[in-house]
Amino acid sequence: LLFSRQGKLRLQKWFTPLTDREKKKVIRDMMMLVLARPPRSCNFLQWRDLKIVYKRYASLYFCAGLEDKDNELLALEVLHRYVELLDKYFGNVCELDIIFNFEKAYFILDEFLMGGEILETSKLAVGVSMEEADTLQETMEEYMSKPAY
Amino acid sequence: MSPSVPLQEMIRAIRSARTQCEERGVIQRECAAIRAQFRQADNGGRSHNLAKLLYVHMLGYPAHFGQMECVRMIASPRYSEKRVGYLGAMMLLDEKQDASLLITNSIKNDLSNSNQYIQSLALCTLACMGSAEMCRDLAPEIDRLLRASNSYIKKKAALCAVHIVRKVHDLGELFTKAARSLLTEKNHGVVHGAVVLITELCERNSETLERFRKTVPDLVQIMKGLVISGYSPDHDVAGISDPFLQVRILRLLRILGRNNEAASDAMNDLLAQVATNTDSTKTVGNAVLYETVLTVLDIKSESGLRVLAVNILGRFLLNNDRNIRYIAMTSLQKIVGTDHNAVQRHRGTIVDCLKDQDASVKRRALELSLALVSASNIRSMMKELLSFLSSCPPELRSQTASGIFNAAERYAPSQRWHIDTILHVLTTAGGDVRDETVPNLIQLITNTSELHCYTVHKLYRALLSDISQQPLVQVACWCIGEYGDLLLTGECQETEPVQVTEDYVLDVLETVLQSHMSSPSTRGFALTATMKLSTRITENVDRIRSIVSIYGSCIDVELQQRAVEYNALFKKYDHMRAAVLERMPVIEKNSQGHTNGETIKESQTVKVKPGEPQQPANQVQANAAFYTVFSIVATVTVYEKDGVTVTLSCEKQSDSGLTVTLTASNSTESDIRGFTLQAAVPKSVQLHMKAPSGDSLPARGTAKLKTRADMSEVYETKVSPVTS
Repeated sequence: LLFSRQGKLRLQKWFTPLTDREKKKVIRDMMMLVLARPPRSCNFLQWRDLKIVYKRYASLYFCAGLEDKDNELLALEVLHRYVELLDKYFGNVCELDIIFNFEKAYFILDEFLMGGEILETSKLAVGVSMEEADTLQETMEEYMSKPAY
Repeated sequence: MSPSVPLQEMIRAIRSARTQCEERGVIQRECAAIRAQFRQADNGGRSHNLAKLLYVHMLGYPAHFGQMECVRMIASPRYSEKRVGYLGAMMLLDEKQDASLLITNSIKNDLSNSNQYIQSLALCTLACMGSAEMCRDLAPEIDRLLRASNSYIKKKAALCAVHIVRKVHDLGELFTKAARSLLTEKNHGVVHGAVVLITELCERNSETLERFRKTVPDLVQIMKGLVISGYSPDHDVAGISDPFLQVRILRLLRILGRNNEAASDAMNDLLAQVATNTDSTKTVGNAVLYETVLTVLDIKSESGLRVLAVNILGRFLLNNDRNIRYIAMTSLQKIVGTDHNAVQRHRGTIVDCLKDQDASVKRRALELSLALVSASNIRSMMKELLSFLSSCPPELRSQTASGIFNAAERYAPSQRWHIDTILHVLTTAGGDVRDETVPNLIQLITNTSELHCYTVHKLYRALLSDISQQPLVQVACWCIGEYGDLLLTGECQETEPVQVTEDYVLDVLETVLQSHMSSPSTRGFALTATMKLSTRITENVDRIRSIVSIYGSCIDVELQQRAVEYNALFKKYDHMRAAVLERMPVIEKNSQGHTNGETIKESQTVKVKPGEPQQPANQVQANAAFYTVFSIVATVTVYEKDGVTVTLSCEKQSDSGLTVTLTASNSTESDIRGFTLQAAVPKSVQLHMKAPSGDSLPARGTAKLKTRADMSEVYETKVSPVTS
C-alpha cells in the first residue's frame, strides 16, 4: 500500500484474495496504525497475524504486510528498492508523478514483484524491461496516432 | 454525453475538487461517460477510459462495470490495450468473480504469444489473481515455459508456478523436475525464482523435501559465489551482492537442514563464513545476518556456530537502530525455550529496552522479559516489571499484569513477597487485571494464615488512600470482614500497626458502600464484610444493624437481597449468626478425598463444606453448596449408592452464573426406569433445570442421562446446606 500523510491511497497491490469490504477495512486499519506512529519509531508493527513493515519517503508511506516467516529487514530493502526503481524511471520521483502515472507505477511493481515474491533482483534488468515494454506500447500508439498519456 | 477527457485532466479535476461532494460529482460524470464509451464498439480511447476507471477505483469508488471491459481489452491485439486490460483484471477481478474465468482463454493464448512482454503480462496476471481452476488449466503451459524459453520468461514462469502450487497443492509434482534444473542458470532472477519455487515445494511436501536435500551442495556453492564475488554493479546493494537472493537461499537451507544432520553439516562452513564476513553497518547486511542467525538456530548446527549466532543477536540488541533491536528480541523470543541460558546473559539489555520510547520495542521487551523470569532473578525482574507497569502504554497493561501474576505464582520467594507484589499490581493497574485475580488473591491470603494480620493492615491502609481500584477494594473489604478483629487489636509484627477504632473501620466500609465509584459486586463485598464484622466487634453492632437494614430497600436487587437476609440473621436467626459468620476455612486447591468419595478434579476454588452432602434414600438431591463462583471445571460425584452414580460437572457461564451438567449412570445389571432428578438449592441461588435427556437409565452404564441446569449464584455468599 502506498498512501499519503493525509490518508489518500496512491497504490494498492493485493496478493491474497479478499473481498472489497475486507480490503477497505485493511486499508483503513493500516492508515490508522501507521499514520499514528511517532517519527523515529521502529518500522515494524504487529497487526493480527501479519507483520507490518512501513517506511516513509517524503510525503508517502510505503506499507507492506508480511507473513510470519518473512524477513522484516529484507522487506525494508524491498521497499527501498521499489522507490529506487520509481526514481530511476521517473527521474527524481515525487508524489505527483505517482498520482498522474499510477499505471506506470503498477507496471514497474509488476516487473519487480510477482505473487508477493521478488521477481528480479537487478535494478538494471527492471529498467530495461520497462523501457522495452514502453517502446512496444508507443509503437502501437504512434501507429494509431493517439495522444500519449 | 460529455466528451471524454484525457486521464491526466480527469485526475487534475478530481484533485481540485474542494469538497467530497464536488469530487463525487466529477467522478459520477466521468463514470457515466466511461460507461457510455464502453458500450460503443471499438474506439480509440478504450485504454484511456479503463485507466480512468482504475484511478477512480483506487479512490474507493465502485468500478465493477469495468470488469467486462477488462475482459474485452485483454483479448484485444493491441499491446497498450492488453496492458491496461491486464492491470484492470488484477485490480478489479479476483478469483471470486465470475468474470475471471472468462479471461482464462485469453491468458492461454497470450502465454504462447511470440512477444515476451505479452507473455509476461499473462503470467503476471495469473500469478496475481489466478483461481484454482485457472491454475489447473494452465499449469502445463507454465511448465512448458519453465523449460524452454528465455530467462525473462523463465523467472516469471517460476513465480507463477509458486502461485499455482500455493493454490493447488497437488500440482507441485509437476514442477519439481523443472525447478531442479533452473538452479543451474546464471541469471539471478531465474535462480531466485527457482529458489522460491523449491522452498514452496519443500514446505508443502516432505517427500519433495527429501529429494531436494541433494541440492544443498549446489546451494552452498551459489551462496559462496555471492559472498566472495567481487563487486557486481547489477546486483549490488551497499556492498552486498544480491542480498535478496542470499536471504532466499538461506531460508531454503534452513528448511533443508532442519532435523537433518547431514545437510546441516554441509552448511556449517558456509554459515560461519556468512556470519563473520557480512558487513553489518547497513540494514542490508543486517538483513542477511538476521536470516543467517535464524537458519543457524533452526538447523542442527554445531555448538560453536550457535554461540556465534546468539552473540550476533546480542550485538543487535546493543545496536542503536530500533529496528535491529526489535528483530533481535523477536529472534531471542524464539529460542528462549531452548537456549535459555544464552538469552539470560542479555537480560540486562532486554530489561533496558523496556524503557524505550517505542511501543513495538516495548512489547517485544515485555514478552521476552516475562519469558526470562526465573527463580534466581525474580526479585530484581519483578522490580523492573513493576516499574514498567506504572509507565507502560495502556494496551500492554493487562498483558503485563497477568505476566507478573504468573511469574509471582511460580517463583515467589516468600508468601509475603507474593502478597506484596499482587497488592502493588492492584494499586497501579487495578482496572486491567483479569477477573479471577480477586478470588485467587483471596485464596492466597486465606492460605497464609500467619500473615493475616499483616495483610489486613496493609489492605486497610490501601483502602484509606484510594477506593477506585475495584479489585483492590474487593479484596480489602473481604479481608477486613474476615480479619477485622486482628485489625482492631492494633498489634502487628510485620508492619506498623494502625490504630483504629471500630468506628473508623465501619466508616471505611460505609464509604465504599456509598461511593459512586464502587461497582455492584464491590458493594456486595462491602456489605458482607460489614455483616461479618458484627461477630468480630463488640460495641457497634447496632450501627451494623442499621446499615444492613438501610440496604434492605436498596434499588440494586443483589444488595437488597443480601441486606434482607442479613437482617433476618439478626432478627430471627441470631443464634446462628456467630456460626454462619465465622472465619472461612482454608481453601484447598485440587483437594482430593473428600467424604463420600468426592473428587474434585481441577477445583480452583470450589469448596464443598465438610459435612454437607447427604444421601437421601430414593431421591437424589443436587447439593449446590458452592463457596464462591469462579471459573471452575470440576466434576464432583455427588451421589453414589446402589449402583447409581450421579456426577456434577460445572462450567462457568458468566461472572455470576454457572451451568451444571448432572450425569447419571447405572452400573447395575438391570435398567432403572422412571428415574427423575430433583435439585434443591438455597434461597440465594436461582436454578433453571432443563429437560433431561431421558428417564431411564440403561444397565451397566451403557448410556448416561444428562440434565443441564443453569444456576445464578449470589457472589460471595456463605450458603448453608440444604437439608432434605
